[in-house]
Amino acid sequence: MRPAVRCFGLAAPLLLAASVAHGIEQGEPRSGIAFASPETRAMQADDTANPGLFWVLDGEQLWAKREGAAQKSCGDCHGAASASMKGIAARYPAFDDKTGQAVDLTGRINLCRTRHQQATPLPHEGKEMLALTAFVGFQSRGLPMAPPADPRLAPARAQGEALFTQRMGQLDLSCANCHEANWQGRLGGSPITQGQSNAYPLYRLEWQGLGSLQRRMRACMVGVRAEPFDYGAPEFVALEAFLATRAKGLPVETPGVRP
Amino acid sequence: MRRFVLLTALLLAGPSFDAQAVATSYEIEGDAIAEPLTGHEGDAERGAALVADRTLSLCVLCHSGLVAPVHMQGNLAPSLAGIGGRLTPGQIRLRVVDMKRLNPDSLMPVYGGVAPGARVAGPWQGKAILTADEIEDIVAYLVSLKG
Ligand code: HEC
Ligand code: HEC
Ligand code: HEC
Repeated sequence: MRPAVRCFGLAAPLLLAASVAHGIEQGEPRSGIAFASPETRAMQADDTANPGLFWVLDGEQLWAKREGAAQKSCGDCHGAASASMKGIAARYPAFDDKTGQAVDLTGRINLCRTRHQQATPLPHEGKEMLALTAFVGFQSRGLPMAPPADPRLAPARAQGEALFTQRMGQLDLSCANCHEANWQGRLGGSPITQGQSNAYPLYRLEWQGLGSLQRRMRACMVGVRAEPFDYGAPEFVALEAFLATRAKGLPVETPGVRP
Repeated sequence: MRRFVLLTALLLAGPSFDAQAVATSYEIEGDAIAEPLTGHEGDAERGAALVADRTLSLCVLCHSGLVAPVHMQGNLAPSLAGIGGRLTPGQIRLRVVDMKRLNPDSLMPVYGGVAPGARVAGPWQGKAILTADEIEDIVAYLVSLKG
């Protein structure tokens, strides 16, 4: 016999309550900073208080450092980052012709290390890679996220969307269950937010440090008791490619600050 | 009416498990499981502690109206305040054991069975979130919330 109860009639009052609380329209992208406390917002906005700026400064040093068998620095090839790197982070992940794959900023920097500096790739979550991605990302701060209209990115974006909507882990929840259907809600004490990608790498008070978008996604996967993808996995690049399309138009905040 | 075999996972889960006390199957009638999974009623006090534990039971991540500081409670699900007055013990039991049987798209995890989700992490593979004993303690606590 099939159970009688199917519908709980909950969604409507919940959504109503939440949209009154935030006063926002459905469908409008919202940065995670909009959900943060005034203290966290002030910390992000003030360069003398934003701890992420330390990584940006480190990245500036690394930009000028000669590396690898080629003994070339980033600056030797790319010149002043303020000009050459402006707007780059806003349109990543991008398509790499040589590998025929989508590549994120971390992946691109490691391609420059191996292809052009003849150096070893940097560990994804290491201090140097975070400093370089923070420094390159910083050159786009304030510019709108602008995922390129490159049809070669379509497969990665589609894979990312499929992963975003797939239920996973022992808790059997998809990214979309939280970040699309319930972004105005609270999970325990925390606002869920839309899970936007426009502020990475960012300083998380909980981490007491800077972390990449993939570190954040791994935390969400561990939260639902799923096996997270490895750093640099094509699945994560695909998720990033999809997240970038959702974030279109939001200003780059790198380095952001979150609770 | 059908009989459902209580998943073996339940037999493996958690140190508080008492093999003697767990039924091997449960009966769903309408939208309820009338009989306790363990053959006897749970302990409401232990249930209150379990419900307040946001890493073990996770209830307060989504629900309010429970024994927990208000600022730690989520709002993704209806308040459980007074739930014992609104639902019968058997209705509460089925909802905790397997809400997805009533609403396949539910946000609420299945507590008394193995998750169908992809990529379940190693330590949780093939395991239910809660043991039958824990579920009965939680049911006893919820039944006591008469509003
Ligand atoms: C159970 C709900 C839940 C699920 C499922 C979930 N997340 Fe999250 N996510 C959160 C919460 C809560 C935060 C923290 C918001 C904060 O405090 O910044 C968060 C933060 C994020 C952020 C950071 C947003 C920012 O502004 O910095 C991203 C990106 C993100 N999630 C992506 C994902 C992806 C991708 C998945 C699926 C693999 C996922 N999340 C699954 C609840 C969830
Ligand atoms: C020997 C020259 C050389 C060096 C050194 C070099 N790059 Fe590159 N970089 C390139 C070339 C050439 C490209 C174009 C893509 C390709 O062919 O790999 C590129 C592309 C890039 C891009 C993508 C630009 C876009 O428009 O998509 C970024 C970002 C970048 N490099 C960052 C760096 C950083 C950071 C370093 C230092 C760690 C670095 N590069 C070192 C030559 C170099
Ligand atoms: C991830 C979110 C989530 C978690 C965690 C969760 N629930 Fe639920 N629960 C829901 C939702 C959403 C509903 C509403 C029914 C639906 O949409 O399927 C619900 C409904 C219920 C109901 C029925 C309420 C009514 O008024 O009919 C009970 C009882 C219940 N949950 C108990 C629990 C208990 C006990 C726990 C912890 C062991 C728990 N839930 C954990 C999301 C959750």
